[in-house]
Amino acid sequence: MTDRAYRAAPPGTLRIEPLGELTAIFDRRSMQTHLVVSPMPEILDAIGSDACSAATLASRLAATFDLGDGDVQPILAERLSELAAMGLVERA
Amino acid sequence: MRHSIRIAVGPVQFRIGSDWAEPIAALGRLYAGYPQDDARPAEATVRLFAARPWRRWLRASVHIGGDFVVPDALPLPLSMGLLAAEMGMNLQVALGWRRHMLLHASAVAKDGRAVVLSGESGSGKSTLAALLGEGDWRLMGDEFTLIDPEGGDAFAFPRAVSLKNEAIAEVVARVDPARLGPLLAGTPKGDIRHLIPRPGAIAAMHEPARPALLLFPRFGGETAIEPMGEGEAFVRLTEASTNYVALGEAGFAALTRLVRETPAFGISYPDSATGIALVEQLWAGTAP
Repeated sequence: MTDRAYRAAPPGTLRIEPLGELTAIFDRRSMQTHLVVSPMPEILDAIGSDACSAATLASRLAATFDLGDGDVQPILAERLSELAAMGLVERA
Repeated sequence: MRHSIRIAVGPVQFRIGSDWAEPIAALGRLYAGYPQDDARPAEATVRLFAARPWRRWLRASVHIGGDFVVPDALPLPLSMGLLAAEMGMNLQVALGWRRHMLLHASAVAKDGRAVVLSGESGSGKSTLAALLGEGDWRLMGDEFTLIDPEGGDAFAFPRAVSLKNEAIAEVVARVDPARLGPLLAGTPKGDIRHLIPRPGAIAAMHEPARPALLLFPRFGGETAIEPMGEGEAFVRLTEASTNYVALGEAGFAALTRLVRETPAFGISYPDSATGIALVEQLWAGTAP
């Protein structure tokens, strides 16, 4: 599987509000509210405006979180594609 | 429209027109104690009209019309004109109001602070609010609570309380019969009887109250109190709001603030007395 690259939504388009166990995200473009749980907020926080693959994301997240011994890259690739489907990240 | 009436409930000025005198006269009695300002433009219009002119004479039925129309609203018998007017008023507010975030919730207030009770039909939110309103609480509304998106305050919508089924007997036993409307038996929503709020609740209907407690009541079952996280309260209130989507980011901001600043609980109770006791108990824990 190719490791697709994504980038964050343009600055100012998302309003992200942590609400305890959930995080509410308002997308100013679509006017939609998204409710997500971990690790989505952490991914959105780590992804930047430059192209970022699941491998790059894994290394960024590993700097802050204990990702364990398993291979997190396929999991992150899946989460990234879900975020892209919601319109919260873009294909780079 | 041959007959009409203007009614102010909280911030909303209604104009209700009807082909028949009966529902308008009944509304006139229920809302006689509400402030009258005929110069104020109506923000919501409700029309109760005959489907065909001749039906007025042959087989009277009331259709609900207005600025917004629900296509599947059933024609109701003329005797249900009052219920049709109530449903029309709800519809106008639920679909058309933009100045506040609208929550499908009852509310009571004390000392400028409010308890907001959100739940489905049958959760007991209306009955609890009506009974609390007969005690030392100000009834803010049995159906809708309005939240100011700017400041976060709750505003009242104290329409005539719509008592349903078992709640009728419970409340009728405690109030002056002059404050009750006619019994509407066998409506699509069951038996309904309206209760005019106490004069103090009507006089104070423009006074905001700060939300201090968010409750999600569930009538029936064992007595229980379950603290609710901000996320779950947020999800439930988006479902309880009729205009959350229409308000866009203002609604998002208002709701995130509301759930962050206001403690929330789910409560289950087997009877009204227990429900009231739970509200009082949780209220005591929110002292400012």
